[in-house]
Amino acid sequence: MIRKSFLSALGLSLASTANADWALNMPKGITDLSLETYNLHMMVFWWCVAIGVVVFGVMIISLFKHRKSKGAESAKFSHSTTAEVIWTTIPVVILVLMAIPTAETMVKIEDSRNPDMSIVVTAYQWKWHYKYQDSGIEFYSSLARSSVEARRKESGIDPLEVENYLLEVDHPVVVPKGAKVRLLFTSNDVIHSWWMPDLSIKKDAIPGIVNEAWFVANEAGTYRGQCAELCGKDHGYMPIVVEVVEPAAYDAWVNSHDVEQEQ
Amino acid sequence: MNNDVNDAHVSHDEHTDHGPPKGIKRWLFSTNHKDIGTMYLILSLVMFFVGGAMAMIIRSELAIPGLQFVHPEFFNQMTTMHALIMVFGAVMPAFVGLANWMIPLMIGAPDMALPRMNNWSFWILPVAFGLLASTLFMPGGAPAGGWTMYPPLVLQTGDAFPFLIFSVHLLGISSIMGAINIIVTVINMRAPDMSLLKMPMFVWTWLITAYLLLAVMPVFAGAVTMLLTDQFFGTSFFLAAGGGDPVMFQHIFWFFGHPEVYIMILPAFGVVSEIIPVFSRKPLFGHDSMVYAASCIAFLSFIVWAHHMFTVGMPLTGQLFFMFATMLIAVPTGVKIFNWVATMWRGSMTFETPMLFSLAFVFLFTIGGFSGLMLAIAPADVQYHDTYFVVAHFHYVLVPGSVFAIMAGVYFWLPKWTGHMYNEKLGKLHFWVSTIFVNITFFPMHFLGLAGMPRRIPDYSTQFADFNTIASVGAIGFGLSQLLFVGVLLTAKNGAKATTEVWDHPHGLEWTVPSPAPHHTFETPPKLSSADGLH
Repeated sequence: MIRKSFLSALGLSLASTANADWALNMPKGITDLSLETYNLHMMVFWWCVAIGVVVFGVMIISLFKHRKSKGAESAKFSHSTTAEVIWTTIPVVILVLMAIPTAETMVKIEDSRNPDMSIVVTAYQWKWHYKYQDSGIEFYSSLARSSVEARRKESGIDPLEVENYLLEVDHPVVVPKGAKVRLLFTSNDVIHSWWMPDLSIKKDAIPGIVNEAWFVANEAGTYRGQCAELCGKDHGYMPIVVEVVEPAAYDAWVNSHDVEQEQ
Repeated sequence: MNNDVNDAHVSHDEHTDHGPPKGIKRWLFSTNHKDIGTMYLILSLVMFFVGGAMAMIIRSELAIPGLQFVHPEFFNQMTTMHALIMVFGAVMPAFVGLANWMIPLMIGAPDMALPRMNNWSFWILPVAFGLLASTLFMPGGAPAGGWTMYPPLVLQTGDAFPFLIFSVHLLGISSIMGAINIIVTVINMRAPDMSLLKMPMFVWTWLITAYLLLAVMPVFAGAVTMLLTDQFFGTSFFLAAGGGDPVMFQHIFWFFGHPEVYIMILPAFGVVSEIIPVFSRKPLFGHDSMVYAASCIAFLSFIVWAHHMFTVGMPLTGQLFFMFATMLIAVPTGVKIFNWVATMWRGSMTFETPMLFSLAFVFLFTIGGFSGLMLAIAPADVQYHDTYFVVAHFHYVLVPGSVFAIMAGVYFWLPKWTGHMYNEKLGKLHFWVSTIFVNITFFPMHFLGLAGMPRRIPDYSTQFADFNTIASVGAIGFGLSQLLFVGVLLTAKNGAKATTEVWDHPHGLEWTVPSPAPHHTFETPPKLSSADGLH
């Protein structure tokens, strides 16, 4: 019991580090698939570490042992079919081991059937437009005023003083927790890319094409991302904010919008 | 064997009328592979510093959050021009320069097969870069849509647009001619008893590279020509409003672009495959399998292009195909790395500057290879795509990859070119500061990308500040340390006289001609002794 609470405390402290501003690794995110993606990323990473330890290990041993200054005499061998077959076969096996779980995840990612709701995301130079297909709510989402003022050259404002500098918008996307949300992407001008790391979604918004992606958010909270495809001078200034709220809060948000639009 | 060649030279040296013309004419009208090689290398060095200066502007702006030095428009011009100049101006001409100098010497040919075309393919380059650089002074500025030139964004370029397209056309013409020249030379002008599989690895990798160039440069020219007609002649190849498809450009571009990255790395494989055996005092391990591995990589490079496009909305089957094909590249690339390590194994190594750069190449290129394998995993690539993780990846394979291999090659062959040993202390200093700073610059970028920083942005949120500052410090350090390289080149004349062999019993025909290599070599084809072959 004590042990369990200790572990959960440790888990909490780790989680708080993960949510801190300063991150080293890919976020685990808030969907089943973002977690799977994170796990794939770590699986390949650890394979690379293992291969690296072997290859660099052999190389470093050789660099220290087989040097002329230590009196090493060079051997004369120049090929070994056995060795070459081994180091061709083993990588193939490792690749197959990587490919199987990856393909499984990809099949799940592409399964966008039966969404609970759909949002059309239209990209503009340099802002986003969201239209909720079910409730008819629509709005533009641009960089927040605080960042707009601070971003100018010689603005005299220290970005460190601005909360969520360049990652805050005037109107965030609000979605309910636990619902299957389908996003439909297109663009009004050039190609943009809607990237939300915590949802593990990055999809290009392309003029003349409608792309789709979907997610089921497991945790409420505010999540931030940015445009990921170079789209002109203000490419760095079109952030994305998604607020995941409890279903009741989402209904309230929809209703408040209805009132707003009627007025 | 040595006697045969040296005799040929002695008899040659009596023909004094074969010397190069004096002054500017020697360079302007040169048809000599060594002079043209030198010009390619000098152009490449100049472009390396021009592109490097642009990188310094980029890293200065990114050193701390907020905009300090440049506006976003100019920042985008810098990222675009930095890439174009480094790819087409620094890396590619450097390898062509090395090829010009070394391929005829390595295969025992008197010159390149098509010397006048050789002259033309070089002199197109300054014109092309003049056109490209002039755009910096045009209304609307230089191209700012990224070196990948994706429409519709690239069509928003100002007056610079047609200049961009025409300079790319010229670069393509130059590359195609260079490739034809290398293929014809290698196929037809080898020493009589040098069979294809007896060719040195550098010649092999360049032969494969030349075929890649020949295959994809016309495709690239076609893609940019379609951009040109979309902009000026009312076509709609890539314009959705006219029924075109913007994604088609990306497919065509990367059909060129992915082989292009191997065009920039295969000759590097060749260079380190020449150097590691010499300083390990042991023959290259698995010469033939190295040839097959390079050929495999070249073949695979044609069927993996859409791994640059996992976010454009491809069908699942397409994604799976391109992912599996991409992962396969790890196999022949692994073979190459294992073979280099096996070449060192139980060797008798010394660590002169060319070897140091080659060893750093093997280490750091492998790190770039690891991140490349990670990028192949499509769901993870969706997270990495267009972030600093990708920037870290391709700079690892291009800077401590291609650029280090070029430098290794220059240090390795410089005594053969100048007849003097370079300053070894200065060379080693150059190596160590370069290697330290290159890692300080590019390693933190992995973390930035994973933490969520997109590429090609002039300013960023404050949580990315620390690693950006570190990367900027590294970049300025790396930039400054390249002045040491210039120091090495400028002081090369003061060094001790180089011997014919230069290094400790190197194998290959290039080490049988005197140092410096005379203006004309191998006017009578040499005979291969067993010592000169690779087996």
